[in-house]
Amino acid sequence: MSSSVLGVRVWRGGATGEFREYEVPRRESQTVLDVVTYIQRRLDPALAYRFACRVGMCGSCAMTVNGVARWTCRTHVAKVVVDDALEIAPLANLPVIRDLVTDMREFFDKWARAKGSFAPTATRRDDFAVVRPETTARRAADAAIECIGCGVCYASCDVVRWNPEYLGPAALNRAWTLANDVRDGARNARLAAVAGDAGCHACHTQMGCTERCPKELSPTASIAGLKRATALAALKGEL
Amino acid sequence: MRRAVRTEVLLWVGQRVSAAVLGVAVLIHLVTMSYAVRGGLSAAEILARTHGNVGWLLFYGVFVLAAAVHVPIGLRAIAHEWAGWRGLGLDAILAAVAAALLALGWRAVWAVYA
Repeated sequence: MSSSVLGVRVWRGGATGEFREYEVPRRESQTVLDVVTYIQRRLDPALAYRFACRVGMCGSCAMTVNGVARWTCRTHVAKVVVDDALEIAPLANLPVIRDLVTDMREFFDKWARAKGSFAPTATRRDDFAVVRPETTARRAADAAIECIGCGVCYASCDVVRWNPEYLGPAALNRAWTLANDVRDGARNARLAAVAGDAGCHACHTQMGCTERCPKELSPTASIAGLKRATALAALKGEL
Repeated sequence: MRRAVRTEVLLWVGQRVSAAVLGVAVLIHLVTMSYAVRGGLSAAEILARTHGNVGWLLFYGVFVLAAAVHVPIGLRAIAHEWAGWRGLGLDAILAAVAAALLALGWRAVWAVYA
């Protein structure tokens, strides 16, 4: 800790607005979310921001910190501070509602468009499905399943910025998880939904999502998996 | 709609497969070219060696085919992404580009063979 005070610039307003400056006392093991909370509780009660669990499970506190999308509850100030200063802004690629709060509707609507919900094939009268953990499909599902829907990948993706129709890394990652779920009954419909230039084929493999994912998932690998799966399905005439 | 999705995915497959062919073909082409001119062979001497050679005919025939598949699909993606241009008009122009590449390329390959 080089100084006892942090200079923090925080975005105030909606799509148009300005950065406002605050001075926040430096603490040991302080997270960026601690800083934002301090500002709201002690300096400026009108500041709008979102958080819930504070432990990296709920995915609601993601913001742009010094230009990079991050989960703020698990980001220590010491890791990101530059010259005792922080700049905190709402996530990119999403409409700003107010201050640090973005409108996540489009982000989650795209999960629905990518058919990101499980389509059961069994009924309550059937026995439990047995899915062996060492199978290839289950391993592929496991690799992608820990997504918390924080939107960091979506905010870090250049293709999302260029092409507003693009489903984005999180929705496609979810589709890949379900494509590998042997109990699911909508595989081909899902593959059709995620193919094309609003889907997995729009990805430029720049790996911004994989670089920034706080859960260290690789949406890029999931999207590559979808490209392979859609290619096989198309060749078999299943799309 | 479903047919359109399948076509898009098959175009993507076509571009990936043609890229793999081009990757190998360009390498063989460049290495052979560098090797052939190192000893100072003239164009006429090179043509004398390629005339009647079915191996080179097939190699460059496949090379041209891969280029004619790869180029229009790539241009189509660029037109979609950079110009927001899509639709039947674009596809018709690109089909003509593919046909022109194929015709001119194969004509040149035949001239090297016959």
